[in-house]
Amino acid sequence: MSTDQNILVKLNDAGLQLNNKWLVKGVSLQVEKGKIVTLIGPNGSGKSTTAKIALGIYKKIDGSVEKYTNRVGYVPQKISIDWTLPLRVNDFMMLTESLNKETIDEALSLTGVIHLKDKNLGDLSGGEFQRVLLARAISKKPDLLVLDEPVQGVDFTGEIALYELIKKISDELSCGILLISHDLHTVMSATDHVVCLNGHVCCSGSPIDVAKNNEYKALFGEQASQILSRYEHKHDHIHTDEGEIKKN
Amino acid sequence: MFDDFFIRALVAGIGVAFVTGPLGCFVIWRRLSYFGDTLAHSALLGVTLAFTMEFNIAISVFIISSMIALILIQLQKKTNLPGDALLGLLAHSSLAVGLVVIGFLTFIRFDIMGLLFGDILAVSVDDLLIIWFGGGLILLVLKLIWKPLFASTVNYELAEAEGLNPDRAKAIFTILMAAIIAISIKMVGLLLITGMLIIPAAMARNLSSSPQSMVIYSIIGGLLSVIIGLFTSLEFNTSSGPSIITAALLLFILSLFKIKKSIKLKN
Repeated sequence: MSTDQNILVKLNDAGLQLNNKWLVKGVSLQVEKGKIVTLIGPNGSGKSTTAKIALGIYKKIDGSVEKYTNRVGYVPQKISIDWTLPLRVNDFMMLTESLNKETIDEALSLTGVIHLKDKNLGDLSGGEFQRVLLARAISKKPDLLVLDEPVQGVDFTGEIALYELIKKISDELSCGILLISHDLHTVMSATDHVVCLNGHVCCSGSPIDVAKNNEYKALFGEQASQILSRYEHKHDHIHTDEGEIKKN
Repeated sequence: MFDDFFIRALVAGIGVAFVTGPLGCFVIWRRLSYFGDTLAHSALLGVTLAFTMEFNIAISVFIISSMIALILIQLQKKTNLPGDALLGLLAHSSLAVGLVVIGFLTFIRFDIMGLLFGDILAVSVDDLLIIWFGGGLILLVLKLIWKPLFASTVNYELAEAEGLNPDRAKAIFTILMAAIIAISIKMVGLLLITGMLIIPAAMARNLSSSPQSMVIYSIIGGLLSVIIGLFTSLEFNTSSGPSIITAALLLFILSLFKIKKSIKLKN
């Protein structure tokens, strides 16, 4: 397969203007099968907007979006669900696609919330709901996953486990992932490509390249840069399932 | 068997209840009660049009209500007025214009009370056909758009992002609203149609924990309301619409005793 066939979504110089104010401008990026692209940047830098442009939620955009798949799983950053709806976790799992029981159970087990299956959506805690959202997005085995702060409100150990799960899903389903996260530590371990946003693309490339970039340092500070280089150092080996340490 | 006016009314009412059940759930979920009211008020214009042009009432009501819905969407885009103000503007002005037009039509005898509150004597065999065929069509279309409509009711962006085309589902649903008002106007009357949509669905909400069960309870509630209401109407010579809605209200009050505990805990 050529690289072109692997492209799931491609933004060409895309931007969005609302009330004469640019929310984000001139973003070009692409997500390919089996690759994780991470958007980082300060608050209000246009990360969520970029994700929504990629998803085709905004219609009147600048530039263009080429979307090559309709099998999309989305975990939005903010989701307001009308709690007056009688909606159990199980109903919510089938919101956009009918799934069989095994598929639903499997996805809920992966994110550790299978015990909540028959609970009313309104009765979940923030972290529990976040896990359900992630389970719903992965359960339909999408080609493209768009995860906007997918682990917000999840406890610390859960956070690491969920990021590992995301990485695993990307490998197993060979789906492309567009990830938005604040957590530089965790994100960088699995990411193939980082796009650093601040109203526009201020730099992009592999995690290491971005960490060395001066604009990135200016945006996040010297310390953030050290996090990444430390990360590089840490990961010159991998842990196998048998507990051995293998050189990369 | 449809010779008897009461049997006709019963068959018509049962047909209407099957359709208002599921549609009513969406009216509640999407907070469209006042929108339903607006369409129903505009139905009077449709009725006068039908009388002047000697046209079928259900079809002309359907056309006028759909037009009002379109005008509303345009006004929402082009003015800075809040949605409820626009709804009120359209509801009352279309009702007023309808009544003024009736004033001019002195050559036709109008049963205004029947129009506003329903008249079981007025249900003809033709009406039965319209209710059952039209109603069946509405349910079929609703089943086809169920997934995108429900998904976008829960969260618009999720539905849009995952390729369900919620805007189209919303537009089709608006047409279905106009259609249910058109077919149920003779039974319930234009002032009370929204009640027929939301009261059984509200009752169902008190009893259900999933969207499907709410739809089923809503249909059952509507059927019971129609049957109890029509027998009351026959027995005490009351208007059919108010009798049906009063029966629905009683069922709603009964359902309050069964509200799920989780709701109580939250408040």
